Amino acid sequence: MLTFILKRLLLLVPILLGVATITFVLMYIVPGDPVRAIAGERYDEETLARMRTELGLDRPLVVRYVDFLGRLARFDLGRSFVTRRPVAEAIRERFPRTLILALSAMGIAVLGGVVIGALSAWGRRPALSRALMTFSLVGVSMPVFWLGLLLIYLFAIKLHVLPPSGYGGGSIKNLILPALTLSFASMATIARVTRSGFLDALGEDYVRTARAKGLGERMILGKHVLRNALIPVITIAGADFGSYLSGSVLTESVFGWPGLGRFIVQAILKRDFPVIQGAVLFMAVLFVLVNLAVDVSYGAIDPRIRSEGGG
Amino acid sequence: MKVRAGFWRRLSRMRVASAGFVIFGIILVAALSAGYISPAPPDRINLDAALERPSIHHPFGTDPFGRDVLARIVHGSRISLGVGFLARTISLLIGLFLGSLAGYFGGRLDSVLMRLADITFAYPTLLLLIAIVAVVSPGMVSLFVTLGVVGWASVARLVRAQVLSVKDREFVQAARASGAGHSVILLRHILPQCLAPVLVVYTLGLGMTIMAESSLSFLGLGVQPPAPSWGGMISSGIAFMRTAPWLTFFPGLFLTLTVCSLNFIGDCLRDALNPRLAPVLAKPAGAVAEAPSGAKEGNA
Repeated sequence: MLTFILKRLLLLVPILLGVATITFVLMYIVPGDPVRAIAGERYDEETLARMRTELGLDRPLVVRYVDFLGRLARFDLGRSFVTRRPVAEAIRERFPRTLILALSAMGIAVLGGVVIGALSAWGRRPALSRALMTFSLVGVSMPVFWLGLLLIYLFAIKLHVLPPSGYGGGSIKNLILPALTLSFASMATIARVTRSGFLDALGEDYVRTARAKGLGERMILGKHVLRNALIPVITIAGADFGSYLSGSVLTESVFGWPGLGRFIVQAILKRDFPVIQGAVLFMAVLFVLVNLAVDVSYGAIDPRIRSEGGG
Repeated sequence: MKVRAGFWRRLSRMRVASAGFVIFGIILVAALSAGYISPAPPDRINLDAALERPSIHHPFGTDPFGRDVLARIVHGSRISLGVGFLARTISLLIGLFLGSLAGYFGGRLDSVLMRLADITFAYPTLLLLIAIVAVVSPGMVSLFVTLGVVGWASVARLVRAQVLSVKDREFVQAARASGAGHSVILLRHILPQCLAPVLVVYTLGLGMTIMAESSLSFLGLGVQPPAPSWGGMISSGIAFMRTAPWLTFFPGLFLTLTVCSLNFIGDCLRDALNPRLAPVLAKPAGAVAEAPSGAKEGNA
């Protein structure tokens, strides 16, 4: 197990370096004069010169790249062109809000998905089961932003029970709709996975054994079937974390949620490159780390993954 | 009981698949013949008929400029499908090329290409798209090129795995023994064996790509107005949610139908072509959903 973790950690190094490099390259291939592209129409020579020095554009690319990596190692992501604030500080302020949103969404997705999946596998009524599966098929195909707007229309505009958007100082009422929106696709996937896990587990020998030795149906489902059906669910929930990060960009834009996703979109509209670079890089690194954690936990659950070493 | 469950599953899958084909077929025909079937030009402004509710004259209502929403949706399907097909074809070509090179020649080239694929996968897709779109100038061409380039890795991995699985089989050895060169072996003997699974990723990826295009256009980073992209239409309808909800409802409905039908078709192709592939390809096909890393590594 230890070698497995060490191997994964070693693999992490080139990947993180690659992610950093891509982000670096992207932000420095802005066509034309990057400084002019950043400053837009409002530039004067003084601003341009200051920005050039700040970006170190007069230095060779390699020097800039090494410098970029060096600053990354110290968590220095530069300063925003617009607000002059350090990017790392702004991320620290906004990320917790995105995290709350993502974690609530994950909770809803796991709970809802497992219940739906289990009901449709166990509830032997074809009509119910088919309805639930149609829901899960449609669920993964629905655009997050459109679903968010539908929920706003229903719960905020028609029923007046929840606020349409905003942070509301972090109140639960403001969290419900965005979290539900963000959870939906993942919930649908989890429902699908739970259902097939349940159906597989129900046909296993150990379930027959449990039935044969006279265990009650509740005991069989709770102890034998559920536990085995849930293993893939754990992995999916973790692996979907990336989609929560990406999805938060859209969901936060729809709901005016002041997290990291909305921050990135606003930065793009203002062409605030250090912010885009820093925030995107932060999310990508987070995604890589979460995936690593998922792989490691999967290896802990299923020894076969470990012995393959994972490619 | 198990047999019956399997039977129901197969039956509903078949019905689901044919529903997918029918819905997608209708949307495809609409996109191809948009100029003929559209009730009005998508950009004809008529301020006297602004924000009208859905009626016989305007089945999906009109927008604040009095433009017919149905007409804009029909024309918008050209954007969605056009960008989707072009982007997927770019991904397909890059993926086929690099994936077959990696699988066939192996060695250092293989490990470099596969690390590159790892790095592409290490980025949440939408974020990578956003980062690229942030620096290139927005527009339809840069959009489908970006979407196409970003989608290369999954195709390349799949092709590589397929090439690896057939490159030492007897018919390839026979071709080699009879003096065929690398390119002939690859193009005539190995690649045809990879086409079936590639078709599945193409279809499933098409839904994801269309979703990604709409997401970017919704954020204002994709197809720019006044072009009637579905994502852009939804975005500009937000301001009228209270008074004219049809502006956001109908474009989203068609987007969902398109992605949904493509996912149905992809799932069914996957099962029909090779049931054993199911675990390798099984991944959520939502726009921003990432493949579970377990599935990603299944064929690495």
